[in-house]
Amino acid sequence: MNFDPSEEQRLLAASIERFVARDYAFEARRRIVASPEGYSQDVWRTMAELGLLGLPLPAAYGGFGGGAMDTVSLMRAIGGALIVEPWLATVALGAQFIARGGDEELRDGSREEQRQRILPAVAEGRLKLAFAHAEGTSRYTLAQVATRARPAAGGWVISGSKRAVLHGACADLLVVSARTDGGDSDSEGLSLFTVERDAPGVAITALRLLDGTRAADVAFDQVHVAARALVGAAGRALPLIEEVVDFATALVCAEAVGAIESANAATLDYLKTRKQFGVAIGSFQALQHRMVDMAIEYEQAKSIALLACSAVDTERDAAARSRTVSAAKARIADACRKISQESIQLHGGMGMSDEVKVSHTFRRLTAIAQQFGNAEHHLERFAALS
Amino acid sequence: MDLDYSPDERVFRDEVRGWLRDHLPAAMRDKVVRYAPLDRDDLIGWHRILAQQGWIAPSWPREWGGTGWNAVQRYIFEEECGYAGAPPLIPFGLAMCAPVLLEFGSDAQKRRFLPRIYRGDDIWCQGYSEPGSGSDLASLRTSAVRRGDRYVVNGQKTWTTIAHLADWIFCLVRTDAALERKQDGISFLLIDMKTPGITVRPLPLMDGRHEVNEVFFADVEVPLENRVHDEGKGWTVAKYLLGHERMNTARIGTSKRELERLKAFAAAQSKNGAPLIQDPRFRDKLSRVEIELMALAITNLRFLDQLRGGRAPGAEVSMLKIKGTEIQQALAELMLEAGGPLAQVLGPVEPAGNGAPADDFLAALAPRYCNMRKTTIYAGSNEIQRNIIARHALGL
Repeated sequence: MNFDPSEEQRLLAASIERFVARDYAFEARRRIVASPEGYSQDVWRTMAELGLLGLPLPAAYGGFGGGAMDTVSLMRAIGGALIVEPWLATVALGAQFIARGGDEELRDGSREEQRQRILPAVAEGRLKLAFAHAEGTSRYTLAQVATRARPAAGGWVISGSKRAVLHGACADLLVVSARTDGGDSDSEGLSLFTVERDAPGVAITALRLLDGTRAADVAFDQVHVAARALVGAAGRALPLIEEVVDFATALVCAEAVGAIESANAATLDYLKTRKQFGVAIGSFQALQHRMVDMAIEYEQAKSIALLACSAVDTERDAAARSRTVSAAKARIADACRKISQESIQLHGGMGMSDEVKVSHTFRRLTAIAQQFGNAEHHLERFAALS
Repeated sequence: MDLDYSPDERVFRDEVRGWLRDHLPAAMRDKVVRYAPLDRDDLIGWHRILAQQGWIAPSWPREWGGTGWNAVQRYIFEEECGYAGAPPLIPFGLAMCAPVLLEFGSDAQKRRFLPRIYRGDDIWCQGYSEPGSGSDLASLRTSAVRRGDRYVVNGQKTWTTIAHLADWIFCLVRTDAALERKQDGISFLLIDMKTPGITVRPLPLMDGRHEVNEVFFADVEVPLENRVHDEGKGWTVAKYLLGHERMNTARIGTSKRELERLKAFAAAQSKNGAPLIQDPRFRDKLSRVEIELMALAITNLRFLDQLRGGRAPGAEVSMLKIKGTEIQQALAELMLEAGGPLAQVLGPVEPAGNGAPADDFLAALAPRYCNMRKTTIYAGSNEIQRNIIARHALGL
């Protein structure tokens, strides 16, 4: 047992803290969210320079070869400062498919070519990715895909519609799930393809989300892609999708811990400084106990998030990995709900104001509670895998 | 014991229900049930329809336009309006300023203000909370200094709902800062929002809508005749108003309508190919809220029955406020949950985007969930309500 970060992790955490303090104060974030693009190219460049874009990518392709555990301090900062840049979509989703997809099919060199072409460009900040997967009725079910890809001369033709693709509007390259076989909810028959954002037949509508991040509806109308656009094995993409989404889910749990830490700190500060009836409201026992419960909630959330990050790094059995990730996400969703609601209530009217950060943390926690599946979804998945 | 309305009360309810069916404009109702923003015309429009019918101020004395209905009839009327999807009435004139004028106002004040409130000529807002005075209202610092035949008001109010639409504001101000008991130096003033020196600044809430404001007073001159009750009696007036809270504070009718809407919405959403409403986990949560609402509806009637004798309500109103707002929040939260991941979308970045048309109802669910967090904070936070119950009902 050793819960201390390594020297490397400690140095990374310190440099992330400096970057956030310098570039991502609340007012700076407000300007970024209000900008036409909804993220900052300068911040993105800084993240590349700090090595954050290659953190969990293989060393052979310009990355640092880190796992989920190595991203914990970054995710804490993303949650704490409410960073809206497309890190999760690009690095934890899009690039993971490229890095992890289809080791067994390397013989023809196309996978190697794909990794060489995409992963170093991601690490250097030259290429942003997004994962175009969820559809109108899929809710949180990963196997529910109606988008189709049929073989055509030299490649494939993709048709279908993806909804609320995280950072889909700023991505240069989309990783798109489509059926090459089977019915809309079959677990077999799914495939993944890379599609250029400006390919003929791709229509992107940029969307604003509750938490200030951006997304896009993406329609594919007879979009031709080359054979080399296939990611992983044709027709057998679901296990890869589950692996990558589990990875991203564990990271979002770690992000939630950062957001909870921030909400709790703001609330505690308010209890100590807000005076009513001549005393700090934190002197009232009814409020003290609620703040104590929030502090306990933080510790439990942190523990289960670490468990999930460890599982996606080390657990070779897919079912055991998914079970732990679902346990974490179910617990984190409950913590998100409790902390977000209590932090607003204890702030009183001030918590409702757009001008204070805690109301923005509330929105991010509300979004995290359902991102990649809400508590009910993950309770069901946990029970089914138990 | 009979848990239902009497035959007479049922006749009354059916009369109100029928009238609402014929007179509530469909466009107004549609906005309410879709959570669309209501503008001044919607709010005043509905007010005037009720005024024309003679139903705008049921609790006022008959001579000023009251209906003469008893407490149960007034309750039935308000619950039916909520259930039908009528726009909420702005309470600051009708249910707050007017009762104060009726109890403490001079004849001249009554004649000047009550008919205008009745007809909807003026929109009122409430100048109570200040940056340093929320739950501890009596610590307020906005000052009114007497100069000849006027007061000169300086200070700031905050969280002032619809101040940006209001013609008048009633304010608690400090007319004497030297007194030991801070409640003693407070007076109740009526201030024309057009008076020079008043600035209204929007206070955006996290749902993005403009609903509350900060109101700044810089050397605002208010005629002495605009003071209600004696100088230094403002706290008596404020306390009277607290005791005058209406018995529909639980908003049973509105929540019944929201529950029906939630059921219909959840039936139209699919989870793994089946309607969400058939999902046992979702169904359980929905059922728990429905059951709580069933109990609260009866609790509300029991409290109403206890008040038939004319006793002023006390801790009962606090209990209804706590449970009523908890149910409203639970319904808004379940509605957001039913909307699923797509309910996180607020809308296109470019309003005139060429994508699929935005689903306004789906897009309204997350902002509404955010907005409804206010209900356990405003009008005396639920923590303050618990203090009231502990002190006045339980003797703790």
